[in-house]
Amino acid sequence: MDKMPKWADVILIPLISVLLALVVSGLVVAIIGESPWQAMQVMVRGAFGSAYGWGYTLYYATNFIFTGLAVAVAFHARLFNIGGEGQAAIGGLGVAIILLNVAWPHWTVALVAAIVFSAAFGAAWAAVPAYLQAKRGSHIVITTIMFNYIASALLVYLLVNVLRVEGSMAPESARFSEAVHLPAAADFAGFLGFGGSAPLNFTFFIALLACVGVWLLIWRTRLGYEIRSFGHSETAAVYAGINPVKITMITMLISGGLAGMMAINVVMGEAERLVLDFVEGAGFVGIAVALMGRSHPVGVVLAALLFGALYQGGAELQFEMPAISREMVVVIQALVILFTGALDNMVRMPMQAFFLSLRRRREAQAQNSPAE
Amino acid sequence: MDFLTILQILDSSLRLATPLLLACLAGLYSERAGVFDIGLEGKILAAAFFSAAVAFTSGSVWIGLLAGIVASMALSGLHGLASITFRGNQLISGVAINFLAAGLTVVIAQTWFQQGGRTPQLAGAARFDNIVLPGAESRIRDIAQQGPLGQIYSELISGHSIIVYLALLIVPLTWWVLYRTRFGLRLRAVGENPAAVDTAGVSVVGLRFAAVLIAGVLCGLAGAYLATALNAGFVKDMSAGRGFIALAALIFAKWRPWYALSACLLFGFFDAVGNRYQNIQLGDFVVPVQFMQALPYILVVIVLAGLVGKAIPPRAGGEPYVKER
Amino acid sequence: MTTSAPAIELKGISKSFGPVQANKDISMSVARGTIHGIVGENGAGKSTLMSILYGFYKADRGEIWINGKLTPIPDSQSAIRAGIGMVHQHFKLVENFTVVENVILGAEDGAMLRPSIAKARKLLTELSEEYGLKVDPDAVIEDLSVGHQQRVEILKQLYRHADILILDEPTGVLTPAEADQLFRILERLKAEGKTIILITHKLREIMEITDTVSVMRRGEMTNTVKTAETSPPELAEMMVGRKVLLQVDKTPATPSDVVLSVEDLRVSRGGVERVKGISFQIRRGEILGIAGVAGNGQTELLEVLGGMIAASGGRVTLFGDPIDITGKHANGQTRRARGIGHVPEDRQTEGLIMPFEAWENVAFGYHKDARFNSGPLMDHAAMKADCVDKMARYDVRPPNPRLPARNFSGGNQQKIVVAREMDRAPELLLIGQPTRGVDIGAIEFIHKQIIALRDQGKAILLVSVELDEIMGLSDRIAVMFDGHIMGERLPDQTDQNELGLMMAGVTETEGAA
Repeated sequence: MDKMPKWADVILIPLISVLLALVVSGLVVAIIGESPWQAMQVMVRGAFGSAYGWGYTLYYATNFIFTGLAVAVAFHARLFNIGGEGQAAIGGLGVAIILLNVAWPHWTVALVAAIVFSAAFGAAWAAVPAYLQAKRGSHIVITTIMFNYIASALLVYLLVNVLRVEGSMAPESARFSEAVHLPAAADFAGFLGFGGSAPLNFTFFIALLACVGVWLLIWRTRLGYEIRSFGHSETAAVYAGINPVKITMITMLISGGLAGMMAINVVMGEAERLVLDFVEGAGFVGIAVALMGRSHPVGVVLAALLFGALYQGGAELQFEMPAISREMVVVIQALVILFTGALDNMVRMPMQAFFLSLRRRREAQAQNSPAE
Repeated sequence: MDFLTILQILDSSLRLATPLLLACLAGLYSERAGVFDIGLEGKILAAAFFSAAVAFTSGSVWIGLLAGIVASMALSGLHGLASITFRGNQLISGVAINFLAAGLTVVIAQTWFQQGGRTPQLAGAARFDNIVLPGAESRIRDIAQQGPLGQIYSELISGHSIIVYLALLIVPLTWWVLYRTRFGLRLRAVGENPAAVDTAGVSVVGLRFAAVLIAGVLCGLAGAYLATALNAGFVKDMSAGRGFIALAALIFAKWRPWYALSACLLFGFFDAVGNRYQNIQLGDFVVPVQFMQALPYILVVIVLAGLVGKAIPPRAGGEPYVKER
Repeated sequence: MTTSAPAIELKGISKSFGPVQANKDISMSVARGTIHGIVGENGAGKSTLMSILYGFYKADRGEIWINGKLTPIPDSQSAIRAGIGMVHQHFKLVENFTVVENVILGAEDGAMLRPSIAKARKLLTELSEEYGLKVDPDAVIEDLSVGHQQRVEILKQLYRHADILILDEPTGVLTPAEADQLFRILERLKAEGKTIILITHKLREIMEITDTVSVMRRGEMTNTVKTAETSPPELAEMMVGRKVLLQVDKTPATPSDVVLSVEDLRVSRGGVERVKGISFQIRRGEILGIAGVAGNGQTELLEVLGGMIAASGGRVTLFGDPIDITGKHANGQTRRARGIGHVPEDRQTEGLIMPFEAWENVAFGYHKDARFNSGPLMDHAAMKADCVDKMARYDVRPPNPRLPARNFSGGNQQKIVVAREMDRAPELLLIGQPTRGVDIGAIEFIHKQIIALRDQGKAILLVSVELDEIMGLSDRIAVMFDGHIMGERLPDQTDQNELGLMMAGVTETEGAA
């Protein structure tokens, strides 16, 4: 007997949690002396009020779908990958290397190469923490965070000393050739009003494809079955002949690969060169997205959309209400993680009690009115 | 390398080790009681900001310190609420606290000071002074004149802020609390087997909250030291992963106070060397400055990789306590 | 002792956990200075009732009277103050603490440890002598035998001046000899005027030691009788609500060729050698029972044969062909492919994935079989159909393949595992603790299945800590102690006493002397 219906578990509880997070965020805005109501209006208008806004919202959402899926896949094996930030950064390195060093005839082939290289580089960056967790029991949370710092230092070094264009002061690589520029929203969805400045690009479809892929992987393949088994109980997995080292490695490689693919959107799709700090916290947003989306691709897409809107709305907010720092988005992200992740039971326990009393009352009524 | 240079590096190691040590001891109390605390980082950051902000506003570093501790304890309370009261995932709670601190400090700093998420420079009574111990020299010129023992005394032992001495005192104090008091016995027990504590009629929730709040106080000290003693004000993300390095040191120390001191001094030492020698020349090869900056993080990974032997954490660590039927 | 009021009186205790009503309107009275037994099947509500008496749970309704006085017990502290002590089935000891540290935990004399410890050490010595509970106060718990750990638990209660002692399944982890010693201690405590409540599912123990006995069934207390006026079959009937067969029906075995041969098997875990060179064989149509107290190497034996862990040495063959027990290819899937089925000792952490629905669990370990897959994807329809079929044939209730494993009762969970592992008619079945935490109806069913598999000519390795189960099912019995096989016996040529001595490590020569 379950304590409450499945829809309440899957939809109602995350919804209430996110609402709570937004209410508390509003309180923070009110405390620093601004109007939360006005702030919300600015953000909603900024994110959804125009094709331009949508172009940015969906562009950010694309990033968060990749990083959210990365965290979600790891969650299924009960692994907490906080290294999305570093894996994405190194993924970007992979994209830059392959796009700069090969004369690509057409963006389609270049895209395939970028997918392979971003995923491979991201996966490689996840491999060491994964191996240390699987073989030596080193705390993957701490090691992946350390690898974020190391990735950041490595990227700075490479951009300053190796990839920087001679004569330029900016720590960034050369621009990619015209041939590998991905179609932007204006090209494939100009009829919806997207202009040339919207950064939304073809990668969005790759992200949606990745969602389908992850769904198939987790719920339809033997590997997914093994990942989920391992995530629920390691001893049971060993009993069933599932190798914990292998599953930990494979899951983290997939997770790192997904995080790395986020770089396609930014490096290849938008900046068209490798720049410093291009990940901009998207790796961390992935944690909130995965938690809020209950580690399910559909949930991840919805949560990524919310955070895409927050990011875009937050940027608009900075123009219209400069007193509110852009870091407000980080606060909201923290509160979403807090309420949907750590304080889950705070919402869950009263809901369970509520549904239980509802059922009791129904049963009592059924007893009081004997069947005809 | 002359003797005084070595002393200067050691002196700098001690300064840099102090926030690590305080955070490490914070983690020690929390994890000994069975509550993982990934959120040390966020608590240090929050304390750093509030101590600097309040010290600047009030002009008193002591009031600033108090504010830092209160801020850190508030986050501890949140961690307790999530991971003890509501039995949530302790890692996720810690991560949330880190982001909360990273975001809130900048948001509040921006409205408070309008300096792009930092506090103004602290000076005078808004900062912790270095204490010159009796008979010690404080100026480098005078120290250089002294004999080796005098140099050790003046350069290494004397001339630190009060929090450094306090942190060093807390190490034996923690040992004493842990192994010589009733509270320590219960604290260790609740991290090993909370059911044993519960059936003995002692509140698991109470003990764990106490431990988490102590961790809050210590992180408060660490953050205040960072912003008002080691530096002169708060800047965005100034904790720079110290909370995580402290956790690695804690594992290295196998959750024991004296070993925690050694581990933190070691990390402090590497930090000091990295700071002093930004460009190390090895033959024709110049070690990049970025490598030296990443060195502490690389060392953490190496330590965690278990090159130092298997560490056995408190047995009930990380698991919320649920009464079994 | 002027009052003749009962030591404990419970009036109308009710308690529910969510939708489950664990205790329904229970009333019970226990006279001072007696030993009172409580029997009932798993999930009958015994442990819940005692947890309420110990303040671990709060009853929804009802009153607790101690020595004729209404005593509300909202928490364990109140229970301790009221003179109630409880020895739990799973000991509540801090394993890396010393005996004396465990004893004083929560009952320290002041904020400083040293005076408390000094005082406790002295008192402990006195108590040990008074009740015959010898333990070294400075020994670390994890170095003590299970029997001694239990003594520490009892000492802990006596140190807190407990007058009423509740023991929950205290003999489950003891050798018969240790259980005997425990009963002598309980009798001594009773003679000193202590009141004891003994929760057990072993009717023999009830008959041996208790003065009165209460029977619980489905959360209700159905009967309370004087022990002298009842019998095991009568108690069993009261527990289950119908007549039960306490004996397993089986024909003599007709063993033929050797299926499994184990030679000089050695297994280490955590740097400690757990299996120290054992050898045995099992033939077709034969059940070899491994008796022994938990923790003497049986778990490791099962896990090595099931491919979960690697052995450090020895040779194992199946039908004469070697099995890789040390190499990398040792895993559960390769074993299953060789025709080895494995019902693990702990269905909740090993045999099943609790949040998985039944149909997913029925393929667990066999999920790479061709019939559960089509191309790169798993064939969910085939898995569900297989589950429905097995549920019907193995009487799993409710027969709903979409129900998560955790929502089935212990007995039905076990039936799911048994169905999965037995239905492929494995040449060799490894089965550990087949009926632990399982109701009597399911016990009968599972025992019949095991016998039926044997009668099909399959080999079965049965590991159980329940001596009755070993004696009832096995065709041959091997006793394990400290990683060694102490000897083999035929069930009709041995008895509980002899096996009990072997389980305690007494060798044949010592036994004869």
